[in-house]
Amino acid sequence: MSKQEWPLYEVFIRTKSGLSHRHAGSVHAADDQMALGNARDTYTRRSEGVSLWVVRSDSIVASDPAETSAFFEPAEDKIYRHPTFYKIPDGVENL
Amino acid sequence: MTSDEALIAYTLRLADNALILSQRMLETVAAEPELEEELANANFALDFIGQARMLYTHAGELEGQGRSEDDLAFMRDEHEFRSLLLLEQPNGHFGDALVRQFLFEAFYLHLLESLTRCTDQGLSAIAVRALKEVQYHFRHSSQWMIRLGDGTELSHERVQGSLSDAWRYTGEMFVADDVDLAMQKNFDGPDLADIQKLWRRDVEKTVAEATLTLPDDEWMVSGGKQGQHSEHLGFLLAEMQYLQRSFPGVTW
Repeated sequence: MSKQEWPLYEVFIRTKSGLSHRHAGSVHAADDQMALGNARDTYTRRSEGVSLWVVRSDSIVASDPAETSAFFEPAEDKIYRHPTFYKIPDGVENL
Repeated sequence: MTSDEALIAYTLRLADNALILSQRMLETVAAEPELEEELANANFALDFIGQARMLYTHAGELEGQGRSEDDLAFMRDEHEFRSLLLLEQPNGHFGDALVRQFLFEAFYLHLLESLTRCTDQGLSAIAVRALKEVQYHFRHSSQWMIRLGDGTELSHERVQGSLSDAWRYTGEMFVADDVDLAMQKNFDGPDLADIQKLWRRDVEKTVAEATLTLPDDEWMVSGGKQGQHSEHLGFLLAEMQYLQRSFPGVTW
């Protein structure tokens, strides 16, 4: 019998209300509900989260590493896009 | 039997169920077909060990003779265990272990739900906590039933076989004896006839969705709740209790 690998799913966890989901890792699963269960059992055993997203890895459209220079390097020398020339008022915590 | 004796006996039964099932589940650690399933199974087994610990501790306190959780788990003999026959059955293949889990959890879920309303505060507090764990377990085992039953021809055939084999051990869960009746009467414990209806409803629903056939209620074995076990429990206990028996009170 040939061993067919289950599809890979990427796991995103929201650690507490108000924050955004963050990538935590990946799991193998035969279907969506199993992926959710496996993510729960693999990544939230120590109360790491209050919400889980799973998405099949092959559904993610990713940038091509070969195109890194064209994609990202043009931004590197444009320091004026960083808001470092402003004074941040006291008392602003989450900027 | 006084009502306190019944409460102790009842608590010990619950503890024995949790412990024996967890021991069986832990046998499959490092032998599951997929890493993620293995983690899930080990997590669930640890949930049951946690429940067993709380229940044994509570039983020991009710008894008041200074027996600890370890004394009750490791120093009692086969005939003193009051766990269900279903739970001591060998793991068999993945479908066998799954069906055992599914049939028990469908029962245990409603039992715990009822126990959250019993008048023994210690037991109801344990039930509140255990219920959340078992709700998730049951979600997991029901989904697997559907996946295998409504899967391939081979998976369907094998899990149907597991269901037919395990069915004869389900009757025992609902036969109320003196302990069950005393628990119901004196502590607002579960009515097993009600639990059976809920169990049947849930099992039928999942079995139908899994395109499986519910076996006929023909011949049911019982005895576990009275300490009459199948040949399998002795071997299980020999392995589980070995260390405490050889080195009583050992810790690390």
